[in-house]
Amino acid sequence: MKLLVPVKRVVDYNVKVRVRADGSGVETSGVKMSMNPFDEIAVEEAVRLKEKGVASEIVAVSMGVAACAETLRTALAMGADRGILVETEVELQPLAVAKLLRAIVEKESPRMVILGKQAIDDDMNATGQMLAALLGWPQGTFASKLVIEGDQALVTREVDGGLETVSLTLPAIVTTDLRLNEPRYASLPNIMKARKKPIDILKPADLGVDPSPRLAVLNVAEPPRRQAGKKVASVAELVDKLKNEAKVI
Amino acid sequence: MTVLVILDHDSHGIKQPARSAVAAASQLGPVHVLVAGENIAAAAEAAARLPGVEKVIKADAPAYAHALAEPLAALLVALAPDYTHLLAAATASGKNVMPRVAALLDVQPISDVSAVVDADTFIRPIYAGNALATVKSRDAKKVITVRATGFDPVPADGGAAEIVPAPAVDGPTRARFVSAELSKSERPELTAARVVISGGRGMQSGENFHLLDTIADRLHAAVGASRAAVDAGFVPNDYQVGQTGKIVAPELYVAVGISGAIQHLAGMKDSKVIVAINKDEEAPIFQVADYGLVADLFKALPEFASELEKAS
Repeated sequence: MKLLVPVKRVVDYNVKVRVRADGSGVETSGVKMSMNPFDEIAVEEAVRLKEKGVASEIVAVSMGVAACAETLRTALAMGADRGILVETEVELQPLAVAKLLRAIVEKESPRMVILGKQAIDDDMNATGQMLAALLGWPQGTFASKLVIEGDQALVTREVDGGLETVSLTLPAIVTTDLRLNEPRYASLPNIMKARKKPIDILKPADLGVDPSPRLAVLNVAEPPRRQAGKKVASVAELVDKLKNEAKVI
Repeated sequence: MTVLVILDHDSHGIKQPARSAVAAASQLGPVHVLVAGENIAAAAEAAARLPGVEKVIKADAPAYAHALAEPLAALLVALAPDYTHLLAAATASGKNVMPRVAALLDVQPISDVSAVVDADTFIRPIYAGNALATVKSRDAKKVITVRATGFDPVPADGGAAEIVPAPAVDGPTRARFVSAELSKSERPELTAARVVISGGRGMQSGENFHLLDTIADRLHAAVGASRAAVDAGFVPNDYQVGQTGKIVAPELYVAVGISGAIQHLAGMKDSKVIVAINKDEEAPIFQVADYGLVADLFKALPEFASELEKAS
């Protein structure tokens, strides 16, 4: 079975982001960029399915500026077989990404698409659900466990009250939550090998998709800062303050 | 301009995040609500009592029993022509369903809205809450999830809306509910509790969380945890407060043995009063705490419990 794994290039999760003074967005120039952590989990899950003999081929897809090829190389070094880069300077929002992915799914016919549940830059948590809708496929979002049995994907999902398991008839969409697996580091030999793996480059027009954003970003601002309060010397003082000053207990 | 709100409910009635979603919707226009599930007469009646709700659409059918995204989205698409905005709380269920609805309507969804500016313009946190984006939708219809902590929930009582049945809609059937393992707790839910007490890696083990339980019992608090404590296996994931867990904003938040990683702060920094107990006085959690106590939690927690007993 062929798997498709979309990967997004985002500001590295260790970087403390800075809002641009003109309110146009977050500073990204000269900032370390990495694969979205939830997408690393998606790649890892796909590679494990291939190692178990469940999957036969893993196609990684990334979209955006030319540098997204680096993100694809990371996926290839982790074990994906080949890459597709949809190159554009346009700011891509989840609806456009889902439409581009639908076009790629129609060309590649994977049995399953595994995506990160959320990108850590725009925090939208939408693309997987939207792709499922456009394809008319079932969705297993926020997965903490994935088991393939015949033509069914058993997905254990992280929900507000605990865990829920659903059974999806393939082809299906799965989005990853944190506890699904711990992604591997690519070994040096695999990084070298990844350089030789093929990456196809397409434009949105090649896929017949208009990628224009539907949401205009009017302003990006720093959130209000919380002032540090005071230190208390003892538990007794803390309880007294909570009771008589803050009046919350 | 009428808004349709999809309500999260359980056997106890309408959940608090859903009441916050109704509050958000009331800023946009007249509010209708959808209650979908199986044997939901009581929930529909509870929905009809929410102030500001004009109409309750009741979808009572086995297909909706487990709030699967596929049939729910099909139902919402069938209802959508009557509404300018479709809105839900950004709960696990809302996040699962609403983007699916949006794609079927060819709309870019607006996730996790923390404030309404006008009918087209919304504020939402990005980068784990380290920036706030003001976005304006160019779509004719808006599909929105709202962050419950941004909107004071409407009261549970005071309204008297009519209840009408939903149309029958054929939904997709390739997804099937298998089972659920829900945490059982007598305590209030994290997202609805007036007081939350959370433990971090400093708790050292899952057993030590009973030190928090004693205090939680006294304060009628929910018990939460940092991602570090969840990753270390001390407690299950549904305890997690943070960007990738639950977003809470109680009257009182007590962080015990939590250093204060950005991802945790993103989930609790809108709490009214924050208390931090940590033995490392350099811990970043103290930069957001109203009251900080530098202490060994294994000494401080039993003392906290006995002081609370004295004070009550």
